[in-house]
This record gives sequence, C-alpha cells and structure tokens, in this order.
Amino acid sequence: MTSATLEMPAAQNVKSTPNALAQELATVSVLVRRDLLRFFREKSRLVGALAQPLLFWLVIGSGMAGTFRLPGAESVGYLEYFFPGIVLMVVLFAAIFTTMSVIDDRHEGFLQAVLVAPGSRGALVTGKVLGSSAVALLQAALFVALAPLAGFSYAAIAWLPLVLVLVLIALALTALGFALAWWLDSSAAYHVVMGMLLIPLWVLSGAMFPASASQPMLAMVMRVNPVSYAAAALRGSLYGGTVPGTAILGGGIPMQITVVALFAATALATAIVVCYRKR
Amino acid sequence: MDAVMPRLTVERVQLAYGARAVLGDLSFTVGAGEIFGLLGPNGAGKSTAFAVLAGLLPAQGGAIRLDGELLSGSDRRLRARLGVVFQDPSLDQRLTVRENLFLSAQLYGLSGARAASRITELLQFSEIADRAGDTVKTLSGGLRRRVELARALLHAPDVLLLDEPTSGLDEASFQRTWARLAALRKQTGLTILLTTHRPEEAERCDRVGVLDGGKLVAVDSPNNLKHRVAGDVVELDCDGPEEVVTLLTERLALPARVREGRVIVERERGHELIPRIVEALPAGRLRSVSLRRPTLADVFLKLTGHGLDHETLQ
Repeated sequence: MTSATLEMPAAQNVKSTPNALAQELATVSVLVRRDLLRFFREKSRLVGALAQPLLFWLVIGSGMAGTFRLPGAESVGYLEYFFPGIVLMVVLFAAIFTTMSVIDDRHEGFLQAVLVAPGSRGALVTGKVLGSSAVALLQAALFVALAPLAGFSYAAIAWLPLVLVLVLIALALTALGFALAWWLDSSAAYHVVMGMLLIPLWVLSGAMFPASASQPMLAMVMRVNPVSYAAAALRGSLYGGTVPGTAILGGGIPMQITVVALFAATALATAIVVCYRKR
Repeated sequence: MDAVMPRLTVERVQLAYGARAVLGDLSFTVGAGEIFGLLGPNGAGKSTAFAVLAGLLPAQGGAIRLDGELLSGSDRRLRARLGVVFQDPSLDQRLTVRENLFLSAQLYGLSGARAASRITELLQFSEIADRAGDTVKTLSGGLRRRVELARALLHAPDVLLLDEPTSGLDEASFQRTWARLAALRKQTGLTILLTTHRPEEAERCDRVGVLDGGKLVAVDSPNNLKHRVAGDVVELDCDGPEEVVTLLTERLALPARVREGRVIVERERGHELIPRIVEALPAGRLRSVSLRRPTLADVFLKLTGHGLDHETLQ
C-alpha cells in the first residue's frame, strides 16, 4: 500500500461561490435528505414506528374502555377517543428521538461538518427541524391510515385541516426539542426535561382524557397548553368538523390551527436564537 | 515569508471561561503552502484554538485574518476556503461513505456530476474507493480518518485545519497520513495548520508553535527549536528517578529532569558524561542508559519544565 503514489488531481470546477440563498437552501436540503435516508435505511424503525403506538393504543385503550365516559357523548368508546391522542404521541416521540440525537451529533457527528460549512446556523436549525418533522409525519401518516379501525371513515375526515395541524405540530415539537437539546447539551438533562415537560404537554392536552368542568385547575392547564389546540384540531378534523361531547377549548378548527401555527413559529424562532447564542 | 502577506494571521486571540484564561494573546502567522503545527499536551488550549480557527467558538479578543481579510465565524465566503478535519467523527455513522461525501459536498454548493467526479478523485486519493458503498460504522478508526480527510478536501479549500490528525493511529497509518498531507501540499500548494501532542508529528511541520497553558512559548522550525537543547540527551531508565535527579544535582551539579518516569540530562558531549553518571549512582540503580539527539519532546520539557504527557490543570 505504502508504495502507491499519491496523486491529488487538480480541483477543477470544484470551487464555487454560490449566492447566499442557494447556500442556505442547499444546507436545508442536505439535512432533510439525511434524516430521510436514515429513516428509510432502517426497516426496524419503520416497523417500530407502527407497532409501538398500535400496541400502546390497544393496551391502554382496552384497559380504559370499561371506565371511560365522555361527558355529553356516551356512545364514544375510549379507543375512538384515544386515537387522535395516539397520533399526536407518534409525532411527539418522533420529535423527541430525532432531536435528542442532536446532542451527540453536534460534538461527534455530522452536524460538526455542517457547522464549519458556509451555511448559516439558521439554515442548520431549519434543515434539522424540517428533516425531523418529515420523519415524524411519515410515522404519523402510517398511523392515520388506521383511522377506520377506530371508527373514523376516510370519507368523513376533513383532510386539509388534518394535514395542516399535523405539519404545524410536528414543526413545533421538533423545534422545541431542538431548542432544548441544543440549550441543555446533555442527554441526561434532556431525559429529565422530556419527563417533566414534553410528556406532560401531551398527557395534559386532552390526548388521553378530556378535562371536565369539575376540575377547573386541570381545565386551565389545558387551555394554556398549546398542544391542547393541536389535539382539539386533530380530533375535530377526524370527525369532519363536529366533535361529539362538550369541548373545553373554545373556538373552532381555524382558531385552534392558528394557535398551533403561533406555537410552531415561536418554537422555531427560539431554536434558531438558542443555536446562535450557545456555541 | 515576511516579504509576502501570510495566508493566515492570528493576532492576540484571547478566550476565557469566566476567570479562567484558556487562550492568552495567541499570535502567529502561517504562510501560503506552509505546514504549521501547534504542539502541546492535553489542556494546553489546542482544541480551543482549533475551535476558534474553525469558526466554532468566537474569540473574545484579537483577530484572525485570511490573506489579510478579517475572518469571522459567520462569513460564508471565507468559511468556504477552510477545510476542517475533526478529531471526533463528523460523519453520519449510519450512512455510506459515498452518501456522507455527497451530502457534505452539497454543503459547499457542489452537487450532481461535479460532486460525483470530485468524490471519485478523493476516494482514490484517500485510498478508500473499495469501501465507498459501506456504512461508516463498519469502517475501522483509521479508515474513518481517511474519509474525514476526503470530506474536508471536497471543496478544494486553501487552508486545511486538522485537530490531532493521527492520534490513536498506528505507525503505518501515521506514515501514510503524512505522505498524503505532504503530497497535498506539494501538488496543490495547500496551507496546513494542525494541532498535535505528538513530537514525531510536530517534526513533520515546517514550523511549530509550542503551546503551554494557553500561551505560545516558542514558534520556530523543528530544527531551530532542537538547537535550543544543548548537544545531546542522556536518558536514564532507573529506580527512583526523583532520587536520582537529586543525586546527580548534588554529586555532579548536572541539570536533570524527570519525564515519563525517566531521568533526562542535556549536555554537550554526552558520551563523556555517561561513565561519570554510572559511577556516581549506587550500584544496581540503573536499568539502562541511552544517548541520543534531542527531540521536540525534549524541547517542550526544556521550554515549559514539564513533559508533553503532563496534563495541565487549569
């Protein structure tokens, strides 16, 4: 091996000075393609993405079925009630796991190469958030396809708001996950925040159980929790607009989607600021 | 060198974490086509200096210039001229070598057929072409380092920054890495700046900056640095090295130091000294005596008072 001569070819047509926007778009595209390549590379992840929430839905669903009663709509069983919650859980877990990897990736992984390249940190955050969201949405789509099992018919579903709210909550949760991962810079700390903040955001969103008027504290927490609006809009879309039972959140689907959009914009802005501030 | 503008100028760069200064007034220049090494033990500030030069950490004072232009971490035009090789991997372990290189190429605006042909060239240069379709996690550490080098060269940078390029590599990989760096410099005029704790690696550089406690204590060619150590180095392998140092100082008035458990004596005409040392020490103390020319490890010991294996506690 050592006898071989080392010929370094003159770099022709390699140096380029693309404009700033092209550079930023290329950086975003690299990060999205990378997350998708990784996702489709691992078949076990595809199976896990469907099997784990399905199991969770069926086990918790049947366990709760006996005692669950939706105020104002006694005909709705728990499996039906819990279905949009599970879709949200799929998005949340995908967001958590794809952004947790940022902690290692930044010090001993691909993101090091992105950080020294000409693209900005803003493009890095945008690309990573879009890539993670795409993975989360692919997983959620697999589960949404099972909607008829929960009693929802494809024909009745309001698809446009359903897709819109899923895209926005995926962006919001991955951006939030990214901001936390970059800021905390420690897997142990991230696990704590996941248990203390991220999972509770989901549990207290109406995903698992509805708030009733008899629990004013809980109802208030749900009202200030932005994830509740995603849960409500998702539920509403699955029913094609009219949700059975008394809703704790006022406003219709457009208002709920607006809240989720604001949540996504705030989380993305926070993630970008954190990435610039914390070296 | 002074007649022409240096490719890279580092002027009084400072960095502190709270009250703890990690880099204090770091200043040096690197000429175009030069190989410059920052030599120091762990904790000397090498990695911090590397992070500042790569634009990952903002310096708190001072300036870095590339061809006279002020370099800031956010300047994309200047960053496009730097190639960076990290000590820790900067590759996606789950993707193949070729996928990694394609994605990295696009970060520098290189895509499609231009990227493909450049990647083929670099896979050949790095002698990794036969593993191009393998995922990175199946490669040995040495092979991964070669992919890292290929990745940093994709966009034909003018300056290559390397952090401990051969740490953990065996002798054959060390030699091959350096053959590759020397070929690069010769054929493309690439300017190379690296950090190292290995004296034998610093020997390969045109000039070396000796870094200790975040400060440069000397900048010179390896030969000139070695001239600072007088004549020969006598190295004693013995029991109780600290005690032997005391004995040598008391009985022969010799300036002796301990490095890596061995006693080091620097002296002109070292061969004449050896019989006197053997006689001066109690019988059975010495395991072996050796006489050699000074290395950069000796220079470091002389300049700083401690060895390169010494971890600076800051």
